[in-house]
Amino acid sequence: MSYIVKPKFHHPQLQKNDLGYTRRDYEGTLTTLCGGCGHDSISAAIIHAVHEMSLAPHQLAKVSGIGCSSKIPSYFLERSHGFNSVHGRMPSIATGANLANRELYYLGISGDGDTASIGLGQFCHIVRRRINMLYIVANNGTYGLTKGQLSATADLGSKTKSGEESRYDNIDLVSLAIDLGASFVARSFSGDKEQLVPLIQAGLSHRGFALIDVISPCVTFNNTPLSAHGYKNTWENNVVLSEIDFVPMRKEITARYSAGKDKEITLHDGSVIHLHKTGSGHDPGNRENALLHVNEHKKQGKIATGLLYINQDQSDFHELADTVNKPFNRLNEHDLCPGGEVLADINETFM
Amino acid sequence: MSSRSQAASRKTGKTRKTAGVNNFVVKFANVNGSGSASANNLFAKAIFRMGIPVSPHNIFPSNIQGLPTWYEVRVNDKGFLGRREGVDLMVAVNEQTIVRDIESVIPDGFVLYDSSKALRPIRKDVNFLPIPLKDICLREFQHPGQRQLFQNIVYVGALAALLDIDFEILTGMISEQFRGKEKLILPNVHALELGYHYARDYFDCPLPIRLRPSRKARGKILMDGNTAIGLGCVYGGATVASWYPLTPSTSVVEAYGKYCKRLRIDPGTGKRKFAIVQAEDELAAIGIAIGAGWNGARAFTASSGPGVSLMQEFLGLAYFAEVPVVLFNIQRVGPSTGMPTRTQQGDLLSCAFASHGDTRQVLLFPSTPKECFEFAADSFDIADRLQTPVIVMSDLELGMNEHVCEPLEWEDARKYDRGKVLSGEQLEQLEEYGRYLDVDGDGVPWRTLPGAHPERGSYFTRGSSHDAMAAYTEDGNVYAEVMDRLARKFAGAGKVLPEPEIHAGGASRGMVYFGTTAGAIPEVQHKFDKRGVRLDTLRIRSYPFHDAVSRFIEEHEVVYVIEQNRDAQLKSLLKIDCGANDEKMRSVLSYNGVVISADQIQAAILADLPEIPEQEQVSA
Repeated sequence: MSYIVKPKFHHPQLQKNDLGYTRRDYEGTLTTLCGGCGHDSISAAIIHAVHEMSLAPHQLAKVSGIGCSSKIPSYFLERSHGFNSVHGRMPSIATGANLANRELYYLGISGDGDTASIGLGQFCHIVRRRINMLYIVANNGTYGLTKGQLSATADLGSKTKSGEESRYDNIDLVSLAIDLGASFVARSFSGDKEQLVPLIQAGLSHRGFALIDVISPCVTFNNTPLSAHGYKNTWENNVVLSEIDFVPMRKEITARYSAGKDKEITLHDGSVIHLHKTGSGHDPGNRENALLHVNEHKKQGKIATGLLYINQDQSDFHELADTVNKPFNRLNEHDLCPGGEVLADINETFM
Repeated sequence: MSSRSQAASRKTGKTRKTAGVNNFVVKFANVNGSGSASANNLFAKAIFRMGIPVSPHNIFPSNIQGLPTWYEVRVNDKGFLGRREGVDLMVAVNEQTIVRDIESVIPDGFVLYDSSKALRPIRKDVNFLPIPLKDICLREFQHPGQRQLFQNIVYVGALAALLDIDFEILTGMISEQFRGKEKLILPNVHALELGYHYARDYFDCPLPIRLRPSRKARGKILMDGNTAIGLGCVYGGATVASWYPLTPSTSVVEAYGKYCKRLRIDPGTGKRKFAIVQAEDELAAIGIAIGAGWNGARAFTASSGPGVSLMQEFLGLAYFAEVPVVLFNIQRVGPSTGMPTRTQQGDLLSCAFASHGDTRQVLLFPSTPKECFEFAADSFDIADRLQTPVIVMSDLELGMNEHVCEPLEWEDARKYDRGKVLSGEQLEQLEEYGRYLDVDGDGVPWRTLPGAHPERGSYFTRGSSHDAMAAYTEDGNVYAEVMDRLARKFAGAGKVLPEPEIHAGGASRGMVYFGTTAGAIPEVQHKFDKRGVRLDTLRIRSYPFHDAVSRFIEEHEVVYVIEQNRDAQLKSLLKIDCGANDEKMRSVLSYNGVVISADQIQAAILADLPEIPEQEQVSA
């Protein structure tokens, strides 16, 4: 819990977005995480991304599980409803919430323990169910809140601060998600805001299930030179497959990267992703190619980041379930109850 | 001994007092997966259509094909439809169990068996009705499937002659069943006729146990509890069902889906006003329902013991974070996998206190399909009104067997009670909003839904300790305040919960029971009335208990708490919540996997009565 209340004062000339909101309108309570925690950079990137794309905060719902990662929805988007559920079960809460109201944006925040261990089953199945949401994993390879045990995403041979070495192969969440049919899969690094912000924007705009696995170093328990998820290793081995720029729908195109633009992807809501290829030969439209790049880099001790895979032709859950357009939570007895006369007919069939 | 002479000897033999016209038990011993179920249903429903009260019970294995399965049908013109011990007529067509099946028939009872194979007569005090079912079907039908399936129809035809079932009702039902597949009607009717004529030719028909058209069941319906729950969910406005298949709860969601596909299609677009998610496990099933409930849709899941155990953590979250959700627990025999296809009321305590920490859950106890329908629909209002999980405690006996009950009713003027939900306009008017502020003093705070207002009403739902504004807190006093408010909310829940059903006439002894025990109670009372022993009754329909439950216990010198579990779970709960004196509370328990019978209850109470009235022939 935060004993210090965040000051409400802010600079009067803070930049406003299309809705007239400043960055402050997208913030949350004061963080309680360790100074330098990667997760705080993720919070900042979310605030930046959502403000910049002029998304009304109440049109987004935050859901999370349990762990350091799952605490962060408190630290951004205070005007959004949030649901910090139970360990590893955020996907089911997100599924239910999405079924109840298909019109909102859903942002799931989870960690590597929450997603790759206790919640691995739920993770796999929400990918299969194609729930329209952005699912961010704040991945630090360790259990922070319980003081530094290795997690299932810790790379083979990686060592924590206490010297414990990972003796098992890691679970690679992006490969798993691509394999299971996720339609938007990215990997990023909490220290690379230039990449993370447009990825968050694109992931929210994407129709269908979007995953961003964010390497987010734990400064307290897993940030030694031998930690695969530490700042040093990630900075040194981060290979950006393609630089990304996001243009929200109805916005003028003002790309961050001026030169080298060579792929443009228009999303269902009219937003545009510009991908600036870096000569890697990676094709984000091809599942096998995406998996190949992830694995090839991994073999060399590198971390391939960027938008790894996108498929815009997939139907989301509501399309598959053929549900009405009106959100379920706005249907009333008039819409839902067949009435007494119909019941009398049903009685007849049991006589 | 020829069958004719057997029947003749039966005529002179004394008939058992308990059995007679519209009063007997027929049991079918079959091999599961052999197509017997639909034939046996045909038998029971034909009796029901003659207006005669009937109660069929499936006693089936946890298996798909090849193991023994029984179908027990009690016919009772007085409407006593609890289980009765003893079989008057056994249809013994399973070679694996035939010896034991024949042993279970009462003296002078009847055994119909397939005489295509020789049977060594093992009893002399029962009447055998040999019919060469297999040989008849081999002779009459060409298709191998039909040769097997129609053996069941042939014995139903024979029973029609033996018991005087209205043959036109049977053929009418065959026509209904195969509407659209007309070419199946003729061979089915032929099979019925084969059995019917065989029985007429070889036995004296009808037997002394037989049927006579009645008015007792006229205007009623014959329905299973799970179908009624599924329908209740449609009427109650549920739009999200998430579940994991588990006997005996599976047919709840199947029924919901079946009726939704008929009744919940938007006429304009053809799109669905419902969604069903077959989840990866029960943890996800309840999680999805909670997520939907949090976001303002009416949502439910259905499960049974093992699944409900898995849901415990989430039930605690929904209790503490105050999220409406409905769980139908179709109880089966535990602990662990237990007997998956047998019935029990063994989850009372684990559901009342579901999850770790101080939790209390709202429970509803239906006892008929009509109540299953009503409680299913009501449970969504209750969950919304109280912002907490509601667990509807049915069981396999109620859920998977058909029961005669009054037709279902729906008041068209009825509106859904969505409880305290603030709209965007209401939020606009408010000075201050706190998710867990007890503004009305009833312990029930106001909630908001995501998207309601651009700047007001948002809050962070959490299972961690929170204050009235929904902010995280480790302040023990603030935590205790929230827990006290939750206790107040729970204590006041009674006003929206169904009241107990009480029949009291000033007797010194009373019976307290719930759920499917209800089927046996009228018969128990009848038996004791005949002995001049008065017993008041109270049927519990919800938890937390109404004050009337405590009063009933106070007002009676002895209270028999009748329930279907080993550990007297209801009695424990009454002692905890009503402070009931242990001395006067006497348990009547049954936990062998079949529903408790009037005979069992009577025997237990008789053994407890201070002066046992003179023994007399027990009669129904």
